Order: sequence, then C-alpha cells, then structure tokens
Amino acid sequence: MSLTSHGYRSSNMKDPKLMMWIFLASDCMFFGSLIGTYLVYRGRSLMGPYPQDVFNIPLTTISTFVLLMSSFLMVMALYYLRTNKIQSFRLATFGVIAFGSIFLGFQVFEFSHFAEQGLTLQRNLFGSTFYVLTGTHGIHVAIGVLWLVSLLIASYIRPMTSKDEVYLDVAALYWHFVDIVWIVIFTVVYLIEFI
Amino acid sequence: MAISSQTARNLGNKVLIRPNSQTKGIVSWLTTVDHKRLGIMYLVASFLFLFTATIESALIRTQLIRPDNNFLNPEVFNQMFTLHGVTMVFLAIMPMGTGFANFLVPLMIGARDLAFPRLNAFGFWIYIAGATLFYSSIFLGGAPNAGWFAYAPLTSLSANPGNGIDFYMIGLFLAGIGTLSTAMNIIVTIISMRAPGMTLWRMPMFIWMVLITMFLILFAFPPFTIALVQVIMDRTFGSLFYVPEQGGMPILWQHLFWIFGHPEVYIIILPAFGAISEVIPTFSRKPLSGYPIMVFSGMTIGFMGFAVWAHHMFTTGLGPYGEMAFAVTSFVIGVPTGAKIFNWVMTMWGGKIRLTTSMLFAIGFLVTFVMGGITGIMVAISPLDAQINSSYFLVAHFHYAMGGGALLGFMAGFYYWFPKFTGKMLSEKVGRFVFAFIAIGFHTVFFPQHFLGFLGMPRRIQTYADGYGFNTLNFISTMGSYIALTGALLLAYDIIKTMRSTDRKAPNDPWDARSLEWSIPSPPPVHDFDTTPVVTGQDTFWLEKYPQFKNISNKEEAEITKLSKESDKHGIHMPGASWWPLIAAVALFFGGYAVIYDNILLGLIMFGLLLFSVYAWAFEGVGGYYVKLDSDGGKQ
Amino acid sequence: MPKIKWTRWSLLFVVTIVLVSLSGCASTNIQSWLSPSGIIAKKQLSLLTYTSWLGSFVLAAVIIAILTAVFISFKKNSDELPVQSHGNVAVELGLIVASIALVTAVAIPTIRAINDLRIDRVPVEDALIINITGYQWWWQFEYPDSGILTANEIHIPRGKNVIFNLDSADVLHSFWVPKLAGKKDLIPNQRNQLWFATDENTPLGIYYGQCAELCLGAHAYMKTRVIVDSPEDYQKWVDSFTTKYSFASNPEVAKGKQLFTQKGCAACHAIKGFSSGSPDKPNLTNFGLRNTVGAGLVASSKDNVAAWIANPQAMKPGNYMPTLWQEDDPNRDEETQAIAAFLLSLGKEGETQASMGGSNGN
Repeated sequence: MSLTSHGYRSSNMKDPKLMMWIFLASDCMFFGSLIGTYLVYRGRSLMGPYPQDVFNIPLTTISTFVLLMSSFLMVMALYYLRTNKIQSFRLATFGVIAFGSIFLGFQVFEFSHFAEQGLTLQRNLFGSTFYVLTGTHGIHVAIGVLWLVSLLIASYIRPMTSKDEVYLDVAALYWHFVDIVWIVIFTVVYLIEFI
Repeated sequence: MAISSQTARNLGNKVLIRPNSQTKGIVSWLTTVDHKRLGIMYLVASFLFLFTATIESALIRTQLIRPDNNFLNPEVFNQMFTLHGVTMVFLAIMPMGTGFANFLVPLMIGARDLAFPRLNAFGFWIYIAGATLFYSSIFLGGAPNAGWFAYAPLTSLSANPGNGIDFYMIGLFLAGIGTLSTAMNIIVTIISMRAPGMTLWRMPMFIWMVLITMFLILFAFPPFTIALVQVIMDRTFGSLFYVPEQGGMPILWQHLFWIFGHPEVYIIILPAFGAISEVIPTFSRKPLSGYPIMVFSGMTIGFMGFAVWAHHMFTTGLGPYGEMAFAVTSFVIGVPTGAKIFNWVMTMWGGKIRLTTSMLFAIGFLVTFVMGGITGIMVAISPLDAQINSSYFLVAHFHYAMGGGALLGFMAGFYYWFPKFTGKMLSEKVGRFVFAFIAIGFHTVFFPQHFLGFLGMPRRIQTYADGYGFNTLNFISTMGSYIALTGALLLAYDIIKTMRSTDRKAPNDPWDARSLEWSIPSPPPVHDFDTTPVVTGQDTFWLEKYPQFKNISNKEEAEITKLSKESDKHGIHMPGASWWPLIAAVALFFGGYAVIYDNILLGLIMFGLLLFSVYAWAFEGVGGYYVKLDSDGGKQ
Repeated sequence: MPKIKWTRWSLLFVVTIVLVSLSGCASTNIQSWLSPSGIIAKKQLSLLTYTSWLGSFVLAAVIIAILTAVFISFKKNSDELPVQSHGNVAVELGLIVASIALVTAVAIPTIRAINDLRIDRVPVEDALIINITGYQWWWQFEYPDSGILTANEIHIPRGKNVIFNLDSADVLHSFWVPKLAGKKDLIPNQRNQLWFATDENTPLGIYYGQCAELCLGAHAYMKTRVIVDSPEDYQKWVDSFTTKYSFASNPEVAKGKQLFTQKGCAACHAIKGFSSGSPDKPNLTNFGLRNTVGAGLVASSKDNVAAWIANPQAMKPGNYMPTLWQEDDPNRDEETQAIAAFLLSLGKEGETQASMGGSNGN
C-alpha cells in the first residue's frame, strides 16, 4: 500500500505489518493506564456491589476460553491463506468472527447482569473503573470483528490469495493482541479477587 | 487486497471524484497527501498559533504590569493562561516539530513521501479539527480555565460546570489522535524507507532525534488520552474517577498527566535538538562532534524521560523515598543533556563559523537552554522545589527550557530550511533584528521572573498586592514581552515580504550544507528526487560535494548504486490525493461537539460518517500516478 | 559600522536587566525566602545558594567556550575547510565524567536534605499539631489539642515543631509561607503533612503566605498570616479562646452584634459562645485578635473590615460571600461600621466576647 512498495526497502517487514506492531506498542500503554487505574482504585469503593458480589468466574472462564479459541482459529486462517487454501481460510475467518461475537455476547450478558445487581458506572469506583476498562476492551473486540467481517466480504468481491497475506496478518496481530489483553484483564481483575 | 486502481476509480467516481495531479486550487490543498505541502500547512498553522499564544502572553503580562490591576478579571485571566499554555505546547510548538519532520524526513533519508500519505493528511486535519474545537470554546461559553495541565478536581462538574473544560478534554483528545497516527507513520517511514546505503548510523542527527521523539509520542500519549477519557466520562456520564466524595483520587490525574507530560517536553525539545544538530555543523563547516554520543544521549534522554515524572509533584506528599528516587533520576537526565551541549560547542570549536541569523538563533539556543537546564537541576532538588514549585522561578525555568530551547531551536531551523521550503531567501538584515528582539525580549521577560520566585510570588495569580516588592520586576518582565512581540511582528513582516518578492530566489544549496535535502531544488519538485539517492556515509551530500572525505569502498558504493537504480526501475510513483482523511477528521470534529452537547443524534450520524469514510479510504487504495522525467531530469 | 553600535546597546540593555534582577537578591521583602526566618527555609536557601554558584560556573564555562570558538574562527582568515574532525573522545569522556561529578555533588546534599527534612521523623509527641482544611478561597485551621477552630491566621510558639495535617474541602490548594518553609499541597481525599521549625534566631512577628496552587476564581486573593509568638504570648492567645468574656457595652458594638444576627451573618459564621454558623464557613471567634480580613487580604482596620462586609466582591472578585447591601442603601455605611466594630471587639481583653456556656460552632 505504500509508496515505493516496488522499490528498495530498508526493512524486511512490510509497511502495514510494521505499522501494526507499532500501533500495538502504543495500545499497550492505553490498556496499561486503564489497568493501572483499576488497580489503584481496587478496594477503595465506598459502597458495594464489590467484585466478589458480582463476578461469576465459571461464566467468565468460558468466555475467556471462547476468545482463546478464536485466536487459534485466527492462526489457522492465516496459515490457510498463506498456503492458498482459500475456502478453509474463509471458513476459519468466519469462525473467528463467530467466536468473537460469542465473546461479545457474553460481555453484554455479564454487564447487564451486573447492572441489575446495582453495579453501574456511577455507583462506585469499582463500577467506573471496571466498565471503562472492560468496555474499552470490548470495543476493541467489536472493531476486530467488524474488520474481519469486512475482510471476509471483500475477499469475495476481489478474491484474496497468498499475495495479500499481509492484510490478514495485520488483522491477526491485532486480534491476538486483543486476546492477550483479555488474559491480563481476566487475571488482574477477575481471578485476583479469589486468590 | 487493494482493489485494482481501475475498480477503485470507478467506485470512487460513484461516490466522490478523486482529485488527481491536475487538480488545482483549494481542493488540491484540502486533499493533498504530499508531505511537503502538509509540512508547510503544519508550519503555517503552528506559526499562526505561536503568534496567537504570543498575543495571549502579552495580555497576561499586561495584566501583571502593576499591582492590583484589573485589565483582565480573574476568570478571564485563568482562561488566558490556559489558552496560552495549551496553544504553545499542543498547537504551536509540537506541530512545528511535526511540520519540520513532515517536510524533511523523507528528503533527508532519500524517500519521496511518508509510508502512509493519506494517514499523514489525516493527522494534519485532525490537528486542525481539535485546535478549532478547542478555540471555539471562547465563543461558546468561555475557554477552559484550569491551566494547561487541568488538575483534577478543578475539572470536575462541580468545580467547573460550564463547557470550557469539555472543550479542553475533547479538543486535545482529537489532536492527540493525529499526533499518534503521525508518529507511527514517521517511525515506519524511517525504519523502512531509507535510501540504499543509508544505514541507521548514516542518518542525519535530525532524523535520529525525530525517531526518538516519535517513540516517545507512542508511549507518552496513551496515558494522557486515558486521563482525558476519564474526565470526559466523569463529566458526561457521571463516572467517579476524580470525584473525591466517592473515593476518587485527584493525585491519579497528576500521575497520568505527568507520565505523559514529562516525555511531552522531550517530545517538544528533541526535534529542536535535531535542528540545532544540523544548523551548527553547517555553519561551522565541520561535521557534528560525537555522533555516537549524540545518538545514545538522545536515546537515554528519551528513555529516562519516562522515569522522572513525579518531579512535577514534589509538593504533593510523595514521601521521602519517592522524592529521593525522582530527584536522582532527574539529576541523571542532566548528564546526557550536558553531553549534547558539549558536542555542539565542540562542533563549533575549530570550525569556520558563519554568523547567519540561523546560527545566531542556534547560539542563543545554547546559552538559553543551558540556563534552563541549570535551573532544572535546581528544581529537581526536592526540598528546594518545596519553595520553588508553583512560583515564578518555576515559570522562568520552564520558559527558559521550552522557549529558549524549543523556540529558539526551531527558529534556527526555520531560518535554515526556509529557502528549501519556499525557494526564497529571508532577509539576513531583518533577521538580525528579529533575533535581537526575540532573544533580548525573551530574556527580559523571564530572567527577572527567577527573582520574583525568590520574592515569594506564586504562579497563576491574576494580580498581586502592593508592598511585596513584586512591582519593578513585573514591570520589566512586561516590557520584555512587548519587545519579543515586536520581534514576532518583524518576523511576520519579513516572511510576507519575502514570499511576495521575486528577486530572492534560493539555490539548491545556499548554505553549502551536508544532508540530502540540499541536493535537490528549492523548493523541491513534487517527486522530490529524480533518482533514488546513493548514500555513501554520514553527511552523504557533503561527501558528494567533497569526495576527498569519502570513506567507502568502491565495491560497496557500486552495490548501493545498483540498489538505487533497481529501486527506480518501476518508475516514480506518486500517491493519490484523497478527500477521505479530511472527511474523517470532519466527522470526528462534529462528533466532538456531539459529546460536549450530549447530542446523541449528531453523534450517531458522525459515527456513521466516520465509518463510511474509513471504508471509502480503505477501498480507494493508494491510487496515484507515475511521474515521467524529461531527458534533462525535470518533470514533464 | 551601524551593526556594532546595535550590539553595544543590546549588551548594555541586557546587563541592566540582569543587574536590576539581581538586586532582588538583597531582598528582605515580606514574602521573600531569600531572607528566611524558619529553620527549614534556611536549609532550603542554603541549597539554592550552593547550586546557584555551581550553576553559574557551568553557565560561564559554556558562554566562554562559545565566545572563544567564535573568536578563534574569526581570527582565521583562510577560506579553507576546517579540519573535519568528528569529535574528541578524550575530551568528551572527560566532560561527561565531570558532569557526573557535578550531578553527584548536587545529589548528595539533596538526599541529605530530604532525610533531614523528613516529616515522618519529627517527634510527634512534642510537636504542635494544626489541621488545615483548604476552602475556596480561605483557610480553616484547627488545633485539635486546644479545641481551637479559626480561619486564615494562626499563631505558633517559637521553638516548637509544628506539624500541619493538610486536607481540602473542594479543589487543590497549596499552603506556602516562604520565610518559614516550603509549600505543601492540599488535596481532597488525601492527607498531606507540612513541618515548620523555628528557633531563637527566628524573629517574632507576622509571616506572610498565600495559596500556591490554582484554585480558580479568587486564587490570587487567598492569603494567610502565621504569627510566631513567644511561648508566653502563644499561651495567651490559646487561652483567649477559652476565656469567658462578656460583650462590650459600647452602643456601636451592641448594634453590630444585633445586625450580625439580623443580616444573616450568624447563619454562616460561627463565633464561639454566640453563633453556631456553618462548619464549612470561616470561623470568626476572636476576630478582634486578627491582623487581616478576607483571608490575609488587607489589614483589619475598622474601615477595611466595614468595606469588606459592605462589598466583598470588590475586594475579592468571585468569592462566596454574598453582598447584603445595595450600593445606594443609605444605612450601609453605618451598619457595616457597626458590624465591624462588633467583630473587632471579639477576643480583646476589656472589650469582650460572651460565652453562653457550651461550645457553639466549635
């Protein structure tokens, strides 16, 4: 996509991929600040509900597993595209979209359940920090899902081959990053309450 | 899977006619992706904001010219210094660095544009969007009034019910998006698009400093963005991040802000350091002294810049160990900074010095910045800072470092590169007066302020009473601001006069300089280089002019030349102009208002427009055209 | 050559500015910490003096080096390219080592000073504790051991450590009395501490201070006074808060006392033994013993106090005290003078202040 893409490059990595790595480095700091805020305010809410009152670890474990599986499917999708197995690539991508959407479904269910129990953004520090952190993550997942849907549809309009693998590669990098962030959040927000 | 350009053109024409190389007039400026044009637009905008902020500072100083003055009432005064600070830091000095980087980075590394030209354009337009939204606050209920670092809980709904603070939060949020995207763009460009032979170690020092700066932006802006989001959430959705009554801790804002804020001042100064590192060698006719140390000290400063932030918070009760840690790290950062000063002076030593206006500014930078650095060491002494913090001594310190440092550094760069940007030479005669008025005016404003700090004058006070001993020094300081303003006006006059003149054409290389941008015409043609440059060492252009200093084997040079020829084999491809960066920025602009005024409908529409423009951008593809060169090398 | 004349005049101008500024060094001005009185402020000044000398030396060296380089260059006549040296490693390393040494020479006294000035090592049992709560735009002071609640001015005994507990009721403030010590911020929902230390070298008397952290509005007008007393005078001041007085029989004071309740002042302002007021408004007990009105704004002469009561916005724009008289109200001058007389009588021996038994407002 860049200017001298036919010309000499002083780096072996394609521009979009390098760009994505750099973007993810920055995104680390975003989530780092949000997680930091959550940890600073942990235990400082003046009133409930508190994490132990609302968290459903078995349920969240399932959704975490779903997201992890979606990452696995993402690896497969990229492998299939690189080896020109286009049908399999499309199926695997569809799998990622499906699993990502299921994860989002779990999040929506969880949030509305918490809200019913009284945990809102305005209720206490736990509500404020929790919703902004996990909400930001959820938005990242949603953007990823939208991106993959667009990629999948575009692959029908103008067939994708292994030549175009960098475009899936960057989506995959993004997706894996979002997954890793979730693992951190799951540990540092959910599991930490039950150690 | 870029859609073929033909398909894209067909699609694009159905939606919006894509501008091309023949498009002229205002449309060509609104849709340009040319790094040179964008660089000029950044510089024009940043200078306009610099001028605005200078007026704001003159108004502040006028209010403080004598005790018990009421030229500006307290509310207007608070807004005035907030505007001044935000404009200088975010809208003037940082974009000035971006403007220089935009124009010069491709030229200095032998590339023809940035890695992602449309993203570059987007970065510019979102900066304009954020700046416009920020300034519109003046007409929409009042500007923000909580200072440029907007400490919580001054920014809470209860302390600040109007919309002013919302304009601060959202305006800077928008501008920050652009800063981040441009930083990523420039990093990819520097890593991936250097001409054959340009190893990292052969890059001009300006490029090194810009590279480090862009990494700083990458890591420093997110915490600030998150803090902005938190305050927006508090004010718009009732969250409790900075609501003390519900357990919120105002100190968290300070930590998040300064984790950004301290690297921010290095983001501001490093490009200026880079400019000085180009100016001084050229006007001393010697290479930069200590290239490796200059690189490593730049990296060290960048890295350590993240380790010193709480020295802005010495009076907030960090505790003795916190104070010791941050005092020591702040001292340590003085060492690499000193190393740079030594090298600049050593570059001058033994050189054949030409005191052009640019070099005068560079020397002014050296003296002024050293003074700022020394007072910086003083404020890093946390027990001493208990007296100095939030007093006029601190105001003097940071103006010496930022004003003397960044401003004078960029002025040196401005006079140096102006011929390359515009093809015209500024007047050296007027330039000396510009330098004198600005430099003398600057010191007249800020030197007395050190002593006002000793006398016990806090900062950000709208007025002071008689009998404290503040009167004379404040008066002198105010007079200085008028002197500096005169210098600014002289500069504006010279720029306008020069641009309208026809007899001050600039040659390719007016200064007998050292780097690649001087090897092409002033101003450069749209495709920058006729042929991809062949880089044979540091200061590669100098080596072309004075081959006796070359230090490369024939074999290596032949290999590099071969790579360069291959690179041009497919022709010179210029990226296509596009509406979508501008439209995306406009969508975010109005989306910002939707958040401020809680207008859900407008927000949804703008979100839709944003989504649409992103898709259109993606499907439009790079587009562009090929440049054919005449047999004599000019563009057809 | 005209250029030379400009240079001379510019130089003269710069030197003048520098000299006038440096004259500030000889300052004994009322809020200047260049003539410190407290032990801590003296320590802080010594750090300043020491680093100023070091810094001046560095600056002079840099300026001399630059001027010398320019001078040498101008002496050169030839147009030949100078030697294209890439630097001198020995000089470079030497200078870096020197700067590390300089930085260490600053770091060591710094760490010593941080340790010497640690509040957590000040013996709390022997110290006077004062709780400060910052409000927009005044200071509330509480002496927990003596049960005193007052506003804007405090008395402290010379020779005793004073530890302040700092809190804020609304936004950020910073308590700064330069001649005694550095400042500390008042942050809502966070407890900070500040330490004042005085000895026999600290002159008795009034010390000036003001808020040093933007608190919007009337930030510039939020000032304070710290009066350093001999231990005997300090005890007298403390005792004045528990002495049972009766009111003066002066008719103006009596009228003022009546108006104080009538006009609604008593609803906000507590006076021990008289009005309960509101806990988040300035306490006016023993107001007659204070030196200033309006949070350290102006001297508390009768006219000033009356003017303040009549039109607080004129003296401190944006503050939260309401204006209770119209500008053209014929009774305004008389009434405000009366209230001023009443307030100024509070706490003065011989003048008096009633106690109705029980602690109202404190």
